Amino acid sequence: MASPKRIGKIEFGLLSPKEIRTMSVRKIIWADTYDDDGFPYPQGLMDLNLGVIDPGLRCKTCDQKASECPGHFGHIELAKPVIHVGYTRLIRKLLRVTCRGCSRLLLSPEEIVKVIGTEEEATGDILSEKDIKKERVCPHCGEQQLKINFEKPTTFSEVMVEEGRKIEHKLTPADIRARLEKIPDDDLRHLGINPTVARPEWTILTVLPVPPVTMRPSIILENGQRSEDDLTHKLVDIIRINQRFKENQDAGAPQLIIEDLWELLQYHVTTYLDNEVAGCPPARHRSGRPLKTLSQRLKGKDGRFRGSLSGKRVNFSARTVISPDPNLSVIEVGIPLAVANEMSVPVHVTPYNIEELRQMTLNGPVRASLDDPCGANYVIRPDKRRLRLAEGNLETVAEMLEPGYIVERQIRNGDIVLFNRQPSLHRMSIMAHRVRVMDGRTFRLNPAVCPPYNADFDGDEMNLHIPQTEEARAEAAILCSVEENILSPRFGGPIIGGIHDHVSGIFMLTNQVRWFSKEDALYLLKHVKMEHLPAPGRVENDVPMWSNKQIFSLVLPPELNMVFKASSCENCDICKKDLCERDAYVRIIDGILECGTIDKKAIGAFDGQIVHRIIRQCGMKRAAEFIDDITHLSIRAIMMDGFSFGIDDEDLSKTEYGQIDEVLSTALLDVQRRIRIYEDGQLEPMPGRTPEETLEMQIMQVLGKARDRTGEIAGRHLGLGNSAVVMAVSGARGSMLNLTQMAGCVGQQSVRGERIMRGYDDRTLPHFKKNDRGADAHGFITHSYKGGLNPTEFFFHAIGGREGLVDTAVRTSQSGYLQRRMINALQDLKVAYDGTVRTTGGRIIQFRYGEDGTDPMKSSFGDPVDVKGIVESVLKEEV
Amino acid sequence: MSIRLNVLDHIMVPDHKIMSEEEVSLLFSSYSITSEHLPKMYQDDPAVKVIGAKIGDVIRIIRTSQTAGRAESYRLVIKRPKK
Repeated sequence: MASPKRIGKIEFGLLSPKEIRTMSVRKIIWADTYDDDGFPYPQGLMDLNLGVIDPGLRCKTCDQKASECPGHFGHIELAKPVIHVGYTRLIRKLLRVTCRGCSRLLLSPEEIVKVIGTEEEATGDILSEKDIKKERVCPHCGEQQLKINFEKPTTFSEVMVEEGRKIEHKLTPADIRARLEKIPDDDLRHLGINPTVARPEWTILTVLPVPPVTMRPSIILENGQRSEDDLTHKLVDIIRINQRFKENQDAGAPQLIIEDLWELLQYHVTTYLDNEVAGCPPARHRSGRPLKTLSQRLKGKDGRFRGSLSGKRVNFSARTVISPDPNLSVIEVGIPLAVANEMSVPVHVTPYNIEELRQMTLNGPVRASLDDPCGANYVIRPDKRRLRLAEGNLETVAEMLEPGYIVERQIRNGDIVLFNRQPSLHRMSIMAHRVRVMDGRTFRLNPAVCPPYNADFDGDEMNLHIPQTEEARAEAAILCSVEENILSPRFGGPIIGGIHDHVSGIFMLTNQVRWFSKEDALYLLKHVKMEHLPAPGRVENDVPMWSNKQIFSLVLPPELNMVFKASSCENCDICKKDLCERDAYVRIIDGILECGTIDKKAIGAFDGQIVHRIIRQCGMKRAAEFIDDITHLSIRAIMMDGFSFGIDDEDLSKTEYGQIDEVLSTALLDVQRRIRIYEDGQLEPMPGRTPEETLEMQIMQVLGKARDRTGEIAGRHLGLGNSAVVMAVSGARGSMLNLTQMAGCVGQQSVRGERIMRGYDDRTLPHFKKNDRGADAHGFITHSYKGGLNPTEFFFHAIGGREGLVDTAVRTSQSGYLQRRMINALQDLKVAYDGTVRTTGGRIIQFRYGEDGTDPMKSSFGDPVDVKGIVESVLKEEV
Repeated sequence: MSIRLNVLDHIMVPDHKIMSEEEVSLLFSSYSITSEHLPKMYQDDPAVKVIGAKIGDVIRIIRTSQTAGRAESYRLVIKRPKK
C-alpha cells in the first residue's frame, strides 16, 4: 500500500485570460445549442469539441464516447471586461490601498517596514486596509486620493468634492482593470498576494470559460423536447448580450446605450457565477424558479460539498417506518420480507459451500414466504460479469457455478446489519442487529432499544445497511453490536433498558409480596429463558405457591449481590430498610431478590443499576440476555393485571373537592391581603428587591404552595390502584405534578419565570380591571384539566404553552449547530498508544486522555473504580 | 508595579514553571515529539509574563483535575500572531 503523503503547501491562484484561452478547445460565438435535426451547432454552446452527452456521438477533441469523454472547456470573448462578483471585496481593498494615479501602495517604504518588519525580520504579517489612512496624498507621485465607494453587487465609484458638493464618478470595469494592471508585483507581495499566480487584474473578466457539456447536460423530456441545464440558459443569455454589445459598439452607438448594455452583461455574468448576491435580483427560469447557477451548485446543505461529497446515497440500504415488537430480542431487528428479498450479501463460492450456494441460485430471486429458504439475486462470474437471476436462467446459472464465482444471496435470519436513525448524534445511533425476517412492511425493534436511537413509533423511519465484506461484518459485530453499546460512553451507565410499560409492569409484579400459583408463574415466565422453577416459597392447602420476588429472581444471575434504594424511595430521614412500607429498599443476595421493588432505578434506561452491575460482573452478553428476559417478563406481568387509564381515574371524592376549594380560596384571599398591604405601602421589601418584585415573589410562592397542597390532597385519594400513580411512582412516565394538574389544580402559568404581565394597557385581558394584581388576572388557573378551564384561564394556558414550544424549537436548532461545530473540530482526534490525545499530525491535545486516562464507558458513572459494587459483591451486605 | 496582582496567587490559576533544557529533552524523548507537537501559549499570557518565560521556553503546568486529582500539561511559549 502506498504510504501516506504529507501535504507541503496549497496554492490558491486566479485563472488568467491566457490560461483560459489555452485550456479552451473552442471559441463559442453562437447562442444556439442544437439545430432542427437535434445536432449540435458548431461553435455553439453544445459544440462537439466540448465533450459529448448523446450516446453514439464521439467527442471531436478526444475522440471518446459519451461515457468516457470527461469534457473540455471552451471560452467566450467578452466585448468589454466585467467584474467577477466573487472578488469584489479584494478589488475594493486594492483600489483603496493603491494610488489612483501611479497605482503604487499608498505607503512609503518606511511605513511598510513599520507594519511588516524589515527584510531580515519579517513578522509574517500582511498589510490591510486599516494600515492606510483615508484620502491621503500618494507618497510616490503626490496625487490627492479620493474616497472609493462600493455599492453591492458590482458598482465602484469615486467621490469627488466640488464646490462643497459631493459628486460620485462611476468607475467602469475597464478603468478598474487599468489601475489593477499597474500595481507593481512587489507591492502585491506586501498585501499577501502572489503575483505569479494571481495578478489582481485577472479578477476582472475579459474572457469567460465555458464549462464542458458534461457538467451541464441537457435532458430530453417525455414529450421528446429538449430541456437545457440552468447553466446553459445563463450562458445563452451572456452570449446574446455579448453579441448585441459588439454590434452596437461597431455601429458606434451612443455612450448611453453602450453603458446600459455593459451593465446588462455585468448582470448576466454576475448571476451566472452567483444567483444569490445581495442587491441583485436573481435570474429566473420561465416558470419563475430562480436559476441554480455555479455558486448554488456548491453551497449549502444540498450543495456539492455537504450533499455529494460528505454525504451521499448508497446501495445496499433500506428505509421504512419502524414499529415495536416486544417479543424480539434487543439484539434483533425485524425486516419485512420484501426488503429481505431485495437486499443481498456477496458470498464467494468455495468447494465447501458450492452445494448450498447452488441451491440458493436455484431458489432464485423470489422468496414467497417466511419459511422458504433464502434465494439469490445475482451471480458474479470470475470475469466480473454480473448475471441477473430470473425465472428462466436459474438452472443454467446454477450449473455454471464453480469456485471463483460470487453469489449475491438474499438476507436471512441471523445476518448482521447496521441499523440507524437520524439525527446520528452519538455512536449508539448506528448499531448492528441480527436479522429476523418478518411479515408486514415495517422494521420491527424491541422498545428497549428506543433510548439510544431516541426513536418512538409515531411515524419514525429508520435506515438499514447491509455490510458487504467479511471485514465489515466483523467490525459491525465486534464494535457496533447492541450488546457492545448497552453502556453509554457518555456517563458509563446503561443506555439500553426497560422503558414505559417495562417499568410499570416490573413494578406491579415486584411491589410488596404477592403469591402466584404454578399456572400463573409459568404464564409470567413463558418467554423467559429458564430451565425449571425453584422450590415453591409456600404451600397452601397442598397448592404450591411462588412469590413475585422468587419469580423475578429467576432472571437474575446467581452471583449478583447488591443493595440500593428504588425510584419510589422517598428519602426518609431514618431509613426503615427491610421494613419500608413502600417496599423501596432493594436487597439482592446471591441472585435472590430478598426485598424491595424493581423499577426504573433498577432496570430503566439511563439508570438501570442491576443492568449496570450485571455488565460489570457477567459481561455485556449476559446483560443483553437480562434485558431480553426483563422485557418479556414485565410485558407478561403488565398483561396479567391489565393496565389502563381513563377520565374517571382523575375523579376525587366530595371531601377532596371541598378541601381543594378551601385551600385555593384561602390562597386567593392571602394573595388579596398581600396586595392590599402593598397598595397601602406597608410592604417591607426584601433585600435587594423593589416592593413590586417582593410582592410578585410572595404571590408566586403562595400560589405555588397552594397548588402543591391540592396535589397532596389528590394524592391522598389516589393510591397505587391508580395507573397514573403507578407510572409516576415507578418512574415509568409522568410525575405526581402531572397528576396534580389533572385532578387538583393546574396552577400558575408563567412567561420567563414570571406571572403573565403582557397584553393590553395595565391589564392582561379586557375581562379584568386595569391594574388588577389578583391571581386570576395574571394567569393562575384554579381549575384542573379534568374540571375544565374557563376562557381566560384557557388563554393564559395557551400563552404559557407557546413559550414552551418556542423554547424547544430554539434550543434544538442552537444545540444542533453547536454539536455540528464541535464534531467538526474533534472528529480526527485519537488516543494514541501512549495515552495522549493527538491530532492526525501528531500534535498533542491532552497529555493523558481526560487527564486520568479513563475510558468513560468503562467507568462507573464517571468513577474509574466502582468501589461500592465490589464491596457489596464481596460482603453481600449494604455499605 | 508592586501593587499589581500576581496572577499565580489566584486560586484558579494553576502552577506554571519554566522547564530546564534537560527536562524538556526528556519530555520530548518520552513522548517522541518535537516542540512542534506541543500545545502552545502566547508570550503575552499573564501567567507567562509573571514567570518571565521567553519565546521557545516550555512551561510545565500542574493543575488540580476533577478526574485525576493532579494533572500535568506542557506548553510551548510562542509569539502572538497579529490579529
